Amino acid sequence: MKFAIVVFPGSNCDHDAYHATKHVLGQDAEFVWHKETDLKGADVVILPGGFAHGDYLRTGAIARFSPVMDSVKAFASAGNPLIGICNGFQILLEAELLPGAMLRNTEKYKCEYVHVRVEQTDTPFTNLCARGQVLKIPIAHGEGNYYADPDTVAALEANRQVVFRYVSPAGEVTAAANPNGSLHNIAGITNATRNVVGLMPHPERAAESVLGSADGKVVLESVVSALIART
Amino acid sequence: MKARVFVTLKPSVFDPQGHTITEALHQMGYGGVEDVRQGKYFELTLPASSKAQAESLAAEVAHKLLANPVIESYRIEVAE
Repeated sequence: MKFAIVVFPGSNCDHDAYHATKHVLGQDAEFVWHKETDLKGADVVILPGGFAHGDYLRTGAIARFSPVMDSVKAFASAGNPLIGICNGFQILLEAELLPGAMLRNTEKYKCEYVHVRVEQTDTPFTNLCARGQVLKIPIAHGEGNYYADPDTVAALEANRQVVFRYVSPAGEVTAAANPNGSLHNIAGITNATRNVVGLMPHPERAAESVLGSADGKVVLESVVSALIART
Repeated sequence: MKARVFVTLKPSVFDPQGHTITEALHQMGYGGVEDVRQGKYFELTLPASSKAQAESLAAEVAHKLLANPVIESYRIEVAE
């Protein structure tokens, strides 16, 4: 399987995503500069973490208009798997590929391990997980405070579009486990057609136990498995 | 022609930055400051020949880029 990793000016987790997909998973991976429009025959697209365009104006607000985004939108609307991690999630929100918006964290920039519970397993990025499985993966962001109006949040819950939720190590949704003020402890969501996933935590930075946790590996392994099942 | 665009969080949206600034002001002794909401201010220089045209163009770019309608609203002022 081939992963395309989009590189915006200011992306800084592009190499983490490349390492996790190419060296840990042993899949093909290629960088795609944001001014390119060819996704190079990729089966999966990753919008990585970082500070695209310096986070100027709002996180993801400028990246949304990068030339590559038309191709990314077409790729997603054809039903292909697309994941946005951290800044990539922020870009997906600004690009309206996922509903809602990000606000500043309620307290401050947070760089730490968190626990997230897998709420839904019928997405290409969670199909190898068990429902309710708790993953220990890191966050590193100042604007991960997920917000949407009450109707949108209710629709996300009703349609089972909340994929990851911040929880205690025991898997309980608590205020203390919420690192940034996100509504309903939301750490990650999917779109209505369930092929686009965005999440603030970094599974690609937790794909090897030598780095502190290998819990994130299953997210990337899931999409390889989903694509094999599709062929 | 110059247009000013003020972007603010919608009243229903919590403003973590404004909240932190309010707390700092209280700590500085300005306990009378009840609330602070932080926003953004833009000055646009536009190729418009009429006030209406400038307002229309400013509104278009505010809607498409300067503000995120999910969380923010905007107000435009065009100088004569």
